Amino acid sequence: MIRTCLVALLSHWRRNPIQLFAYLAGLAIATGLWSGVQAINSEARASYDAAAATLGEGQFDRLIPRQGDAIAQETFVVLRRAGWLVSPVLDVTLNDVRVIGVDPVTSPTGLGGVTPPEGTSLFTTGPDTRLFANRNSARALGDLAQVIIDDTVAPGIAIGDIGAVQRLSGRNDLSTLVLLPEQPLVQPDLASIAPDLRLQPSQQVADVAQLTDSFHLNLTAFGLLSFAVGLFIVHSTIGLAFEQRRGMIRTIRSLGVPLRVLVGLIVVEMLALAAIGAVIGILLGYLMAALLLPDVAATLRGLYGAQVSGTLTLRPEWWLSGFLLAMLGTAFALAGRIWQVASMPLLASARPRAWVMSGAARFSAQAIVACVLLSAAAVLVIVAEGLILAFALLGCLLIGGALALPVIAARALAWIERGATRPIWQWFWADTRQQLPGLSLALMALLLAVAANVGVSTMVSSFRLTFVGFLDQRLAPELFVQAETPQESAALDAFLTREGIEALPLRSTPTQIEGQSVRLFGVRVGSTYRVSWVFLAERPQVWDDVADGAAVIVNEQLARRGNLWVGDMVEVAPTVTLPIAAVVGDYGNPQGQVVMSEALFETLHPDSYPGQYGIRTDDVTALRQRIADEVGIAKNAMIHQAAIKAASLEVFERTFTVTAALNVLTLGVAGFAILMSLLTLADLRVPQLAPVWAMGVTRRRLGGLELLRALGLAGLVFVFAIPLGLALAWVLLTLVNVEAFGWQLPMFLFPLEYLRLGAYALGAVTLAAAWPALRLIRTPPAALLKVFANER
Amino acid sequence: MLEIGSVKKSYGDGAARVPVLRGVSLELGAGQTLALTGESGSGKSTLLHIAAGLEAPDSGAVRVLGQDLTAMDDSARATFRRTEIALVFQQFNLIPSLSVAANISFQAALSGRVDQPYIDRLVQALGLADHMKKYPEALSGGQQQRVAIARALAAKPKLMLADEPTGNLDEQTADAVLDQMLELVSLSDASLLVVTHSPKIAARMGRTLHLAGGQVV
Repeated sequence: MIRTCLVALLSHWRRNPIQLFAYLAGLAIATGLWSGVQAINSEARASYDAAAATLGEGQFDRLIPRQGDAIAQETFVVLRRAGWLVSPVLDVTLNDVRVIGVDPVTSPTGLGGVTPPEGTSLFTTGPDTRLFANRNSARALGDLAQVIIDDTVAPGIAIGDIGAVQRLSGRNDLSTLVLLPEQPLVQPDLASIAPDLRLQPSQQVADVAQLTDSFHLNLTAFGLLSFAVGLFIVHSTIGLAFEQRRGMIRTIRSLGVPLRVLVGLIVVEMLALAAIGAVIGILLGYLMAALLLPDVAATLRGLYGAQVSGTLTLRPEWWLSGFLLAMLGTAFALAGRIWQVASMPLLASARPRAWVMSGAARFSAQAIVACVLLSAAAVLVIVAEGLILAFALLGCLLIGGALALPVIAARALAWIERGATRPIWQWFWADTRQQLPGLSLALMALLLAVAANVGVSTMVSSFRLTFVGFLDQRLAPELFVQAETPQESAALDAFLTREGIEALPLRSTPTQIEGQSVRLFGVRVGSTYRVSWVFLAERPQVWDDVADGAAVIVNEQLARRGNLWVGDMVEVAPTVTLPIAAVVGDYGNPQGQVVMSEALFETLHPDSYPGQYGIRTDDVTALRQRIADEVGIAKNAMIHQAAIKAASLEVFERTFTVTAALNVLTLGVAGFAILMSLLTLADLRVPQLAPVWAMGVTRRRLGGLELLRALGLAGLVFVFAIPLGLALAWVLLTLVNVEAFGWQLPMFLFPLEYLRLGAYALGAVTLAAAWPALRLIRTPPAALLKVFANER
Repeated sequence: MLEIGSVKKSYGDGAARVPVLRGVSLELGAGQTLALTGESGSGKSTLLHIAAGLEAPDSGAVRVLGQDLTAMDDSARATFRRTEIALVFQQFNLIPSLSVAANISFQAALSGRVDQPYIDRLVQALGLADHMKKYPEALSGGQQQRVAIARALAAKPKLMLADEPTGNLDEQTADAVLDQMLELVSLSDASLLVVTHSPKIAARMGRTLHLAGGQVV
């Protein structure tokens, strides 16, 4: 019985291959997009974990210099002799690779988890410069050192004996001292033996995994949205398949198959097919992730300075989660239909048309749920704080909007229908309204895709506009010159002063403020700063106070993370606490910054010198030549402002490549959902179209009307998607962005961009509707005549 | 074989409650044939469905082969129907995604009793040999009806229930199909209950019961 019954159930798919394709493809796309995003996330997280394991960051307390970034080797010796159990670390950057030197004997993590190959010593002696790194880092280091490949070392990092790293970097000092977990009970006070050092508790170290959490949450949200769109296809296909099989199910039951056996077999059948779709999806997800990972790695590097491996590993956490989610999603879509089958009277009508036509009850329930969700969104707008609630708000908004769409569309079509006078158009609008229940899931998928596109493109374009303005502000000087040595810097300063050229020398050093790693800048306050810089918040006479050394300016990242604002006090040095005079927007930079006057900076860091000069000039080429000739600075140390601007914009564009790719994919999936819905509904349409054809409307005209119907509905969706997308953008810019990146952005509107998106959406729908319309035009009259045959 | 005693059945609730059967009783012995006639809405099809265990009566007894269908749960009724009863529906109820051959052997296969030589004889007798690889949509109404009859007989039921089995056929085809059905039923010693409007078909059965207003008259 079981085999016979299964054969009968599966025969449905053999006779309806398009439906089978829609089911498998819907699941494959949903699983693919979800698991692809999860693959990217898990690869990034694995990189962060590898970095944490390699560096021990966040695990141990450290001693760090109060000023600057170097600790004298003698200080280490003094501390050890005094009973402080510390391990030295030297942290340098060579060829864009972070090279960490540790002492394998005293380091609590050994050599950062590295296991040297047999016959290879951890220690290096004499001129030996052996390092351990993964393949990519080894390639970047080139001939600089002897590198032993070890793929467990985090990306962008090389690790080695501290002696080797000191030799490689030409340094004889240390960066930090790691405090071992076990310390003697009695120790001399740190301030008495090493007053230049301060204790940094482990939890205060910038945790890149924590910093990037929001980015990954964004990606996950996109993955989930795509998954939802894919599931709409699955839901729609399952619904149609069940309706088409009502007759079969009734017959099988009446021929003596118990209901629970039949239900069990249907569940097994659908889940087995779902498993096939999910496996295909996981393969697609792997491909997608492999293609996108390099851009994601670039994004994470650009936004957070986080190093992520550019190669993908098949990890169970993402492929298993994708598989399970696909099965759960299918089970969810299946549950309602199974319940229908279980509660369907054995002799119930088997006509699928009843399902297609009966939308009224469903629409009422949908309207109520939509109202509840949109009301919840309105409440969340007022009370939402934090990223999770912001995403809950987005969820309520999008799902509420999607559920409201068919209800609003039905009302709109009824209104249009009342205005139609010619019979053919009256039929057309009435027929379109009747198609809504069958098409509603696909239209909702399209709405989500278009709204997400409108929302994200508004966010990105607003960001772009703000970012370009920010670059004009920050890159006001026409020429930037790097000074390699204090002598070079002094010579350049003297030359510029002598020539009366306005210069903006910049001194900087890393430091710790409010428990965060920030960069301290010393600037020469002049007219350029006063004219160009626009603040998010400021008090009067900002630049006068800064020039007097009586106040500082902080960037938005530091302000938001440290919960600081104008008027608050910050400790910029152990004995210097100053008020914040202004908060400045600082986009595309993950690090906190503090800006003070050049004079104050010089007092706090007397050994510093301006390493960079911004120079105002009308003739960049001539001035560049003169500086090269008269000061002796190499031309490659001088950069034209336009080049920096172009490079910055390039980084920015790459940052959003992933978002753009996911946008296109989502729109593609929605187009596919429309195609599948139209194709699977095509057979059910024949009995509706045949009478109209018999009354003299040609197949060609009917095909044209079908295409027009799809376009009309897509147009309606687009009109609805604009306000929904703008609401989405507002939430992204006002709530999510602040939580995720630490910046708040003004929202701009881009009508032409929306029109372009509308054209894309209509294009996708035209492509999707063209095939079913062509099929209709080519339907042989015999197929249409069968509708009228009594014998059927 | 089939004993129906004082069966009552109504549809709807409250004021909208419509009684369809008002205490119908009948008996059908092994190898006997019976025609159930009556106007539309007289309760013929409802009585047939109750006899098949597809619907439960509000009250009364239904016994097939000595077993009380009303005392069985859904699963037991389904198993009993699969092995002992065969149905021929007015609308054929073939499985559209299965070939004619698979449709014919479907019920027999469900109960694990496929007798292929017997099925081959049925196919020959019903003139379906040239259509075995086709799907139901490619057949005429008469051909589909013959496939439905073949499916019912192939299961070798003890009781065969047919609802207007020739209602969609022209007179000549209807006669031919009925001849074949009666012959095959008598060969297998099954009992046959036929619901029909046609006096001509009723006349071919061993007995006729007329239903009016939900009662045997």
